[in-house]
Amino acid sequence: MEDNGGAPSNLLDDAVGALAGRFVAVEDSVETSAAFVLHHLLKRALSPLSPTVVLFVSFAHPFSHYDRILRKLGCNLAAQRDNKRFFFFDMLMWEYQDRDEEKTRGDGLVALYGEIQKLISDLPEERKNSVTIMIDDVSLMEVAAKGSTNLVLDFLHYCHTLTSELGCSLVALNHGDIYSSTERPTLILQMEYLAGILIKAEPLATGLAKDVHGQLTVLNRGDGQGSRYKLCNFHFKVKENNVEYFFPGSRS
Amino acid sequence: MPDIKFHSFLSTFFLGSSRLDCYSDPLGWKDGFSLETSNVASSCKNVKDVHKLLSTIIELGQGLVGQGKVRFSAAIDSVSEMVRHASVSSVSGLLSNLRSHDQVSSIFWLLHSDLHEDRVTAAFEYLSTMVASVEPLNQFGNGQRSNMNTFPLLEQSFAKGKFHVRFKRRNGRVRVACEEVRVEQSDVNFTSVSSDNGMINEGLIPKVQFNLQLSEKERLDRASVVLPFEHQGNGKPIQIYDGRRSLTNTKDEMTSVSTGKSETNDSSKGEIIYFRDSEDEMPDSDEDPDYDLDI
Repeated sequence: MEDNGGAPSNLLDDAVGALAGRFVAVEDSVETSAAFVLHHLLKRALSPLSPTVVLFVSFAHPFSHYDRILRKLGCNLAAQRDNKRFFFFDMLMWEYQDRDEEKTRGDGLVALYGEIQKLISDLPEERKNSVTIMIDDVSLMEVAAKGSTNLVLDFLHYCHTLTSELGCSLVALNHGDIYSSTERPTLILQMEYLAGILIKAEPLATGLAKDVHGQLTVLNRGDGQGSRYKLCNFHFKVKENNVEYFFPGSRS
Repeated sequence: MPDIKFHSFLSTFFLGSSRLDCYSDPLGWKDGFSLETSNVASSCKNVKDVHKLLSTIIELGQGLVGQGKVRFSAAIDSVSEMVRHASVSSVSGLLSNLRSHDQVSSIFWLLHSDLHEDRVTAAFEYLSTMVASVEPLNQFGNGQRSNMNTFPLLEQSFAKGKFHVRFKRRNGRVRVACEEVRVEQSDVNFTSVSSDNGMINEGLIPKVQFNLQLSEKERLDRASVVLPFEHQGNGKPIQIYDGRRSLTNTKDEMTSVSTGKSETNDSSKGEIIYFRDSEDEMPDSDEDPDYDLDI
């Protein structure tokens, strides 16, 4: 199965490789947003040649936001939603109550996980192992969980079990700079421990530039079946309808 | 940091050829949903109940070796996960109890020290007879998390590291060993530490965009600079270098000073007698420049 859906591959796709069964942790900061990485992986998953079903959990933006952005990238989210290839979980209004209510009320993270699992098990056989779960973003999930880092980690852990048991892929975005003043940034460290692929967006060491918006570092830990550590670093420029990726100094 | 996993699953007890799966459903969220799981001997659905966990481990172990004199080992991946769900004291209690059980020969556990406060790591180290720790080869000087400015070091640190071991012997003595560990495709290789002090110094020197050290050529050039007023003592007239012209091309314009031996001491000419009082010091050396002041 061609993972990038037949589109010409770019540096990001090469660095990430096949997504099946992997957990991709995306880290960014206020200076350099990595939202475009999420959009790119979403578009890649929904390409016509790939059978992937996407479950998108949003704590950050409503459906219309992603619909507008993906439309510019050439992907119709509304149509994909109607075709049952794209499922949107709007968690913007969710707020954690307490542990007991979590189990009884049925609208917390435990319930969300239950819904995700049920959705996957209800899929036709051939689609069961090409599911991508995306979370935008983990820091807002923590806010909605009233700071309960453990609950967020439990949720991520359970989603991770889906990657190892069913071959799903998991993509989660978090903001590194939020934890920079914390002595022990547990949440982001735990995510880095859990992740098989870590994509970090940072500003250039030399500061702002017109033609380069930042740099991406992709650490691919290998899937444990022969491929080993791969560390890539390259620059990017976010344009209106696409993103350019290039090695430093290779642009004229 | 080298990523040495015991298995491809987290939070799993591995008992000889038996596994207690605390990874797939540690909190019972999957109750009611049946997912196809691989044939695992046993699974734990409530890792918060440490007492139950302990008895399950012992049961499984005894199931493997029987009730006789044969003993079993337990490996825990990872204690860091356990401590998320239960208190440090209860997890320490589990380890202590396991350790003192007649049929348990040894226990191995994994702890990610960067996820816990020092006292938590210390508590588990205290319990153990051997502590093996893996650290990056190059410690970042100010303890900062790695970022792009440290990219070359980052690249190295994922496949290699320093492996420290501290054994507590029965006679009370402590033995410490250190090796370099390299994670290959399917292997982990240990070699003795390379005594490359340059590597250590790299970590201590701040990373700025200008050179704080001298290159070899610069060192040689510096050594061959002729200092003004220095007594060269090779019989030739000393030439004072006034700093504006090179020594070689303007000989006739140079002022010569008598060496004081073979030439007459003309009282109308000035003389400069210079004795170098100390060896050339490297900048920023620790020596106090005023130590030989005689006030």
